[in-house]
Amino acid sequence: MNETVSEKKVALELRHITKRFGSEVIANRDVSLQVLHGEILAILGENGSGKTTLMNMIAGIYFPDEGEIFVDGEKVTIASPADAFRYRIGMIHQHFKLVDVFTSTENIVLGIRDDQRFNLKEAAARVAEISARYGFELDPNKKIYNMSVSEKQTVEIVKVLYRGADILILDEPTAVLTPQETEKLFAVLRRMRDDGKSIIIITHKMHEVLSISDRVAILRRGEYVDTVVTKDTDETALTEMMVGHKISLNIERSDPVNVCDRLTVKDIRMTTREGVEVLKDINFVARAGEILGIAGIAGSGQRELLESIAGLRHLDSGEILYDNPKTGETVNLCDRTPIQIRDMGVRLSFVPEDRLGMGLVGNMDITDNMMLRSYRKGHSMFLNRKSPKELAEHIIESLEVVTPSVSTPVRRLSGGNVQKVLVGREISSTPAVLMAAYPVRGLDINSSYTIYNLLNQQKKNGVAVIFVGEDLDVLLELCDRIMVIGSGKITGVVDARCATKEQLGLLMTSDTAHKPTAEEESASTRTEEEKSIVTATEAGKGEQQHDSNRT
Amino acid sequence: MFPTIIQFIQRAILQGTTLLYGSTGEIITEKSGHLNLGIPGIMYIGAISGVIGGFMYKQSVAQMNTVLALLIPLFSCLLGSLLASLIYCFLTVTLHANQNVTGLALTTFGVGLGNFFGGSLIKLSQNMGSTATSIALTPIAKVYKTKLPFADKLGWFGDIFLSYGFMVYLAVILAVVAALVLNKTRVGLHLRAVGENPATADAAGVPVARYRYLATCIGGMVAGMGGLYYIMDYTNGIWSNNGFGDRGWLAIALVIFAIWRPLRGILGSYLFGALYILFLYVPVSMDKQPLLQMLPYVVTIVVLIFTSIRSKKESQPPAGLGLNYYREER
Repeated sequence: MNETVSEKKVALELRHITKRFGSEVIANRDVSLQVLHGEILAILGENGSGKTTLMNMIAGIYFPDEGEIFVDGEKVTIASPADAFRYRIGMIHQHFKLVDVFTSTENIVLGIRDDQRFNLKEAAARVAEISARYGFELDPNKKIYNMSVSEKQTVEIVKVLYRGADILILDEPTAVLTPQETEKLFAVLRRMRDDGKSIIIITHKMHEVLSISDRVAILRRGEYVDTVVTKDTDETALTEMMVGHKISLNIERSDPVNVCDRLTVKDIRMTTREGVEVLKDINFVARAGEILGIAGIAGSGQRELLESIAGLRHLDSGEILYDNPKTGETVNLCDRTPIQIRDMGVRLSFVPEDRLGMGLVGNMDITDNMMLRSYRKGHSMFLNRKSPKELAEHIIESLEVVTPSVSTPVRRLSGGNVQKVLVGREISSTPAVLMAAYPVRGLDINSSYTIYNLLNQQKKNGVAVIFVGEDLDVLLELCDRIMVIGSGKITGVVDARCATKEQLGLLMTSDTAHKPTAEEESASTRTEEEKSIVTATEAGKGEQQHDSNRT
Repeated sequence: MFPTIIQFIQRAILQGTTLLYGSTGEIITEKSGHLNLGIPGIMYIGAISGVIGGFMYKQSVAQMNTVLALLIPLFSCLLGSLLASLIYCFLTVTLHANQNVTGLALTTFGVGLGNFFGGSLIKLSQNMGSTATSIALTPIAKVYKTKLPFADKLGWFGDIFLSYGFMVYLAVILAVVAALVLNKTRVGLHLRAVGENPATADAAGVPVARYRYLATCIGGMVAGMGGLYYIMDYTNGIWSNNGFGDRGWLAIALVIFAIWRPLRGILGSYLFGALYILFLYVPVSMDKQPLLQMLPYVVTIVVLIFTSIRSKKESQPPAGLGLNYYREER
């Protein structure tokens, strides 16, 4: 690393940066790193490892609590995005900040206050000039609402270049792009690097890190791990640095009993309105009496998958089959509304990740939120408030929800208590399938364990539990099987009892689809125990294959 | 026949000018993302402020100075509408109050305030020996209604284009200036960005709150001048309670008709002015007249339906209209 530093000059240096949110959450702790002129630095880390927070401090959106930032060797204070621009730093955010009815030029010059006369024609000419120089395809007079996602991203990049940025930060720029668009973007980034610009790129996709970056800086749980030269490293080494060693959490896990198939998902595909494929040929089985974990980088299709099972999204093709434990019938849930699904006798419960947006109504009290599930019961003109109130009181008592009364609006409760109310309501309907997306996100340790216990209890009651999580340690200790999803594809299914963190990390960041081998196809007829061993060895083989590919 | 048509056009323009002030003001305001439903109230406040200023000046001197007779009501009007707009801004921008509720409250308040002070002034003049149930500021109105030179010598051309007081022309000039500023300047670009997408404008370094305050206050003052025009020109300086009627609401409807473009607002206001007085020229019985008076609103609804069906992005209201903005902290 020292050799590289001596070749190229340091453009940006962070020294001992620490950032806290509140008194407990430390987003970044003592992070130091360097970015050189004319290089592409990739920042690698799991969800919640503090990558975006760190970049936001360079871009002036957050202010570090401790530490120093140097630009070209000079100590600087970056208190606002305007300050960042003054030091020629520009950030391209994951969510574009563009005015829809403006042209690309109007968006690009927005907010610039210089002494020159306001002249959109000259500005458009400069936009065209910048585009030509780096090989962007951008029409300066096209309106944003007529643009594709990739064109909008181009506008954002040109906006930063127009302001004369020399240090560009891109927060997961490829998440919204097709592979072809990604290739184009990378070509442009390389041209900018060769022009002497410093580029910092945040990405989860390992093959992208390896193909685009000159060096990689790794963050884990808010802490800086190391910076390595890309050509001297490989996927396995990077993954190990990213996920770290396993931490024991002591979550209770019982052995599954009376396991049988409950929900079978067959070949489902989904495309967004923008034409991006978010789910590609998803196949899996959720079994009663078992917790199926779903691991993956955020935004790999987890949300879309659960929402399509819950009847909230339209699928392009495929089947979602539910085996009714009471009647023994099999029904297809595909393209049914949640009410149709309920009317078919399917007992499905869904704890969405957006608790106060999709799960509960923040301004209503606990009783009224219980009624969201039961208001259609009964034939009276008037609502029956008695039983929902009893249910609310029961949940408050049994789950130890801290609330002044049942009539307190739920938005006034803390995150953990909100989640208890939501999970409590969902399990009160004695579901056969329980889906929970990030149910412990933002919860303290005690509340998290309450939720784990609730899920375990449901498993013992013979419910098929689907748990989408982000913490690999939790997934490994809580679940029976873990399905890994990457870029909308299933990249592997492993037995949680014998899988390792590295194995999951590799599956999460690999972009190659998991193709069931002949061996595995036949495995579906075997017993549970045998199968889990097979899948685990399968995944182990995958790891070896990666190694052999490189040598 | 010909004189009737000329008279009709003249009266349509005179009627439409009040609406033009109101709609230009509201367009400037709405472009910043503020749906100011307080405009009818602000126009009332602008009118009564001008009347108070004029009344005080008239009472305090024996012989009125022409320039002061013009400027004192004008500045009182601007001050009154500025204060009313500041109430709206403070509530919505600084205290994040709901824009619709604030606007409606301001309208109720403005109408009440106008009638209260109007009533007081009528009492005051009655105490001084007048018997009228309205306030007459006829000498001041004379100043406001001074025609352009040569108006009488150019036949129909002079009648249609030159026969009005200065405020009729000022309304057109303000609308043209508003259109130029909105579409051709940096300030206009920033203002439109604030109304469309305040978060984006904020991230680009545009001071959102400052732009919203400024646009709403300037818009309010322009609208307030519509109230002043109505009293000093249209009604010859005579204030009577509730005389202003529903013109404020018509101005807000006109903004939709003009699809947020000040230049279309000029044509629209004269058209609405014509529709507003059409019942006087079409021979229908008294009981059917309200049907004709409905016309401006019907036209607005038709325009609203058409712009929704065509769903052209440029014909839509500013995307941030009616939404308060505050930076979200993590």
